[in-house]
Amino acid sequence: MSREVEDRNRRLLRARDAMDRAYAEPLDVRAVAAVAHVSAAHFSRSFRAVFGETPHRYLQRRRVERSMFLLRETDRSVTDICLDVGFTSLGTFSRTFREIVGETPSAYRSGHGPIVAPNCVQMLAMRPLGAAGAAMRSRESAMGSSSFGEAGAAAVP
Amino acid sequence: MITRVNVATVWVLDKDEALDFYVNRLGLEKSADIRQGDYRWLTVRVPGDAGIEISLEEPGPPIQDEATGAQLRELITKGAMGSLVLQTNDIVGLYETLKSRGVTDFTQEPTANFYGTDMGIRDPFGNPIRVLQRAKAAQRATV
Repeated sequence: MSREVEDRNRRLLRARDAMDRAYAEPLDVRAVAAVAHVSAAHFSRSFRAVFGETPHRYLQRRRVERSMFLLRETDRSVTDICLDVGFTSLGTFSRTFREIVGETPSAYRSGHGPIVAPNCVQMLAMRPLGAAGAAMRSRESAMGSSSFGEAGAAAVP
Repeated sequence: MITRVNVATVWVLDKDEALDFYVNRLGLEKSADIRQGDYRWLTVRVPGDAGIEISLEEPGPPIQDEATGAQLRELITKGAMGSLVLQTNDIVGLYETLKSRGVTDFTQEPTANFYGTDMGIRDPFGNPIRVLQRAKAAQRATV
């Protein structure tokens, strides 16, 4: 039994790594689930059981973290950064950013400068937590959804 | 006064498989491999560097009880354990070498930063490994 758990964890971790590596690309839940060798529906459920949040939410927080990094470190426009980190619509990006970070991308940029810490440390430690309530809502709405793209956004006020 | 790091431990699920990965794929060399009864003291190190050894240790008895060992194994496979950070003088060459040796679990391709270029790998069990080639300015600053 325990070997099965370890093997499942390792496969799900490989899928999580794939999201961290390819967050800028359009990711489809089926493709990421395939990295873990499970079906899309089973993937969301078991990912959440192992890592405490849905893959959709994990990817959102990664994309928002990378956008925060670019807002701090570069002069690129908010629209360019939105596309750089894998969002396809500025509206969804702004709404997701505000929900997770608590302020708009522009407001965040004006209040923060570059952080002198290794990039891998930033990726590891600075993925924003977001509000617990919002995380719950997004988690519920992402259950059974078939795409990472805009899924879950409808449940966010 | 403490003068240097001597041994750091990486928890692995299987010592033979770990030795194959850390030596044959990553390119470290075997240092100590000593058996005492059922126990095997196994370490690897940077080739030619007799200083810091990396001990490859399996969770479970006799180090911990079965249940604690099982918890640790679960955490390793979730990628929740600490990270080893290594240095290279040729990150792009190493990246190509690792790929040619069949390493597929890259968490990040070589990426340029102000302090140098680094990449991320996972060992077969889930442990994160970073490899850094320091930027020239950073190299000079620490020499």
